[in-house]
Amino acid sequence: MNDGVNGVALAVFIILFLAVTVIGFMASRWRKAENENSLDEWGLGGRSFGTWITWFLLGGDLYTAYTFVAVPAAIYAAGAAGFFAVPYTILIYPLMFVFLPRLWSVSHKHGYVTTSDFVRGRFGSKGLSLAVAVTGILATMPYIALQLVGIQAVLDVMGVGGGEDTNWFVKDLPLLIAFGVLAAYTYSSGLRAPALIAFVKDALIYIVIAVAIIYIPIKLGGFDEIFKSAGDAFSQTNPATGKPRGALAPGEASQWTYATLALGSALALFMYPHSVTAVLSSRSRDVIRRNSTILPLYSLMLGLLGLLGFMAIAAGVKVTNGQLAIPQLFEDMFPAWFAGVAFAAIGIGALVPAAIMSIAAANLFTRNIYKDFLKPDATPAQETKVSKLVSLLVKVGALVFVLTMDKTVAINFQLLGGIWILQTFPALVGGLFTRWFHRWALLAGWAVGMLYGTLAAYGVASPTQKHFGGSAKEIPGIGEIGYIGLTSFVLNVVVTVVLTFVLKALKAPEGVDETKPSDYTADAGDPGVAVELPPATAAATR
Amino acid sequence: MSEAPEVRQPGADQPVVTPMRVVIGLCLFAPFVSMLWVGSYAKVDPAFIGIPFFYWYQMLWVVISTALTMTAYQLWQRDQRARAVSKGGADA
Repeated sequence: MNDGVNGVALAVFIILFLAVTVIGFMASRWRKAENENSLDEWGLGGRSFGTWITWFLLGGDLYTAYTFVAVPAAIYAAGAAGFFAVPYTILIYPLMFVFLPRLWSVSHKHGYVTTSDFVRGRFGSKGLSLAVAVTGILATMPYIALQLVGIQAVLDVMGVGGGEDTNWFVKDLPLLIAFGVLAAYTYSSGLRAPALIAFVKDALIYIVIAVAIIYIPIKLGGFDEIFKSAGDAFSQTNPATGKPRGALAPGEASQWTYATLALGSALALFMYPHSVTAVLSSRSRDVIRRNSTILPLYSLMLGLLGLLGFMAIAAGVKVTNGQLAIPQLFEDMFPAWFAGVAFAAIGIGALVPAAIMSIAAANLFTRNIYKDFLKPDATPAQETKVSKLVSLLVKVGALVFVLTMDKTVAINFQLLGGIWILQTFPALVGGLFTRWFHRWALLAGWAVGMLYGTLAAYGVASPTQKHFGGSAKEIPGIGEIGYIGLTSFVLNVVVTVVLTFVLKALKAPEGVDETKPSDYTADAGDPGVAVELPPATAAATR
Repeated sequence: MSEAPEVRQPGADQPVVTPMRVVIGLCLFAPFVSMLWVGSYAKVDPAFIGIPFFYWYQMLWVVISTALTMTAYQLWQRDQRARAVSKGGADA
């Protein structure tokens, strides 16, 4: 790993990185609207993206660099258990098909930019909306930090960033530069930058995966050999736990964990602010539905990527930090120039989601904290300004996080973030379909879910960590090991339902609902549905 | 979108649950049953070109679920078009 700088790979990496930087800055001129000083423009790309741009944007957004590093890393470490990412991403799309068009419609009808905007409008409750906004921001921050961890992993393998003994400034300089570039073009171009860069990122990723999945097995003697050596490796006892290291197929005991992780993660994904941002930037309901039929191409890629984890074992990659397994595999297997392409794919893959996440978190802050609580009369221009600044702050925060704290802290918080964000599901998705839930009951359910999830996750120990050692724990009453997020979610729903009955019986004030049933099915072109771009521009992108 | 835009919800004369909508629902629900029933696929054999069953079966389901979602999408569009037509007819 630290056997000097891989010059060729680094050169290719830098060239691709520079190309993307230029694209990022040029993006502000791409499909420019007349009024750029509104949050719709900067934060949602003018809400004008068609099927293909949305596809790249969502793909670039949901399948992050961290995913590319972490999924094979999990499989490298434990085998089958890490593969839950595949059923997880299979289940996302039927869900997307069902509820996101409704969110799109109501948001376009009322000019909502964030999920909290919707929750406030639907339930007439600033408290509930604040809870959703804070949860969103808290869950997004560590996610951004993990993108930077992803960049660090490739930089490490390329030999830049030096060893442990180098000066911290020299060590972190490449990351600081990457970060500065990212911050600058997000600031100037808004959501248009990641949308354009996503094209490059995805093209690179697809090329790398296609090559890796054919080239590496040929070099290693075929899948038979790969799985044979992986099976041998997994059957060996892990000295830390006294159990086998992993398995090629999950045993009885771990099937609940596998299923609940897949389901819980799928339910949580579209609660994340950055996924909603990408969805709301699309042009029509149809774009979303159509995307739910073409996005699974990414899931297939993710599955193939997972197999790389086995290849890393078969290739004899030995790393102490599992996250370096895949970058190291690329460096060992590929000619230097192609390793550079692969590293660039991961590095650029980190920039797209990091940009969207920081925009999404900034939108939440601006709309649901700044405008709702601090400055109710803020103009659209002021909103945009605040959002731009906050997107910078969020990124600086993530950077400080990564540089000052241990990587495991970011991973722990990311794990918690997933549990937390799932607790906004009843208010958001419940609210999209019914007004039956009481706003205070939703708030109480959210609080219970957050509290239980946090405490339960705190109590999970692993061989290396006393707390936050994993995301699965015994489900009370069932006795099987399941995903904490899903358990908290069920608790949350139970509390919400029970309290709704109680509050309705007590005739507690319901709050004003500013939406109408027809708002949830409105489409582009209907009266009152905002279309920000001039028709000519929108048509030209078809 | 060039072709048939989606239209607003059904007129009062149309039932909310129709056979076509039940099929749409099943198409969307099937992946949940198959993927969450982990016991049905948690095994190594039969392998496909050396890849254990557990892995290729789930990847196959990516393709199956995509086909199901596409079917649901097509049926949904047909459903909406049919409703638009009958609604237009009623108005005339």
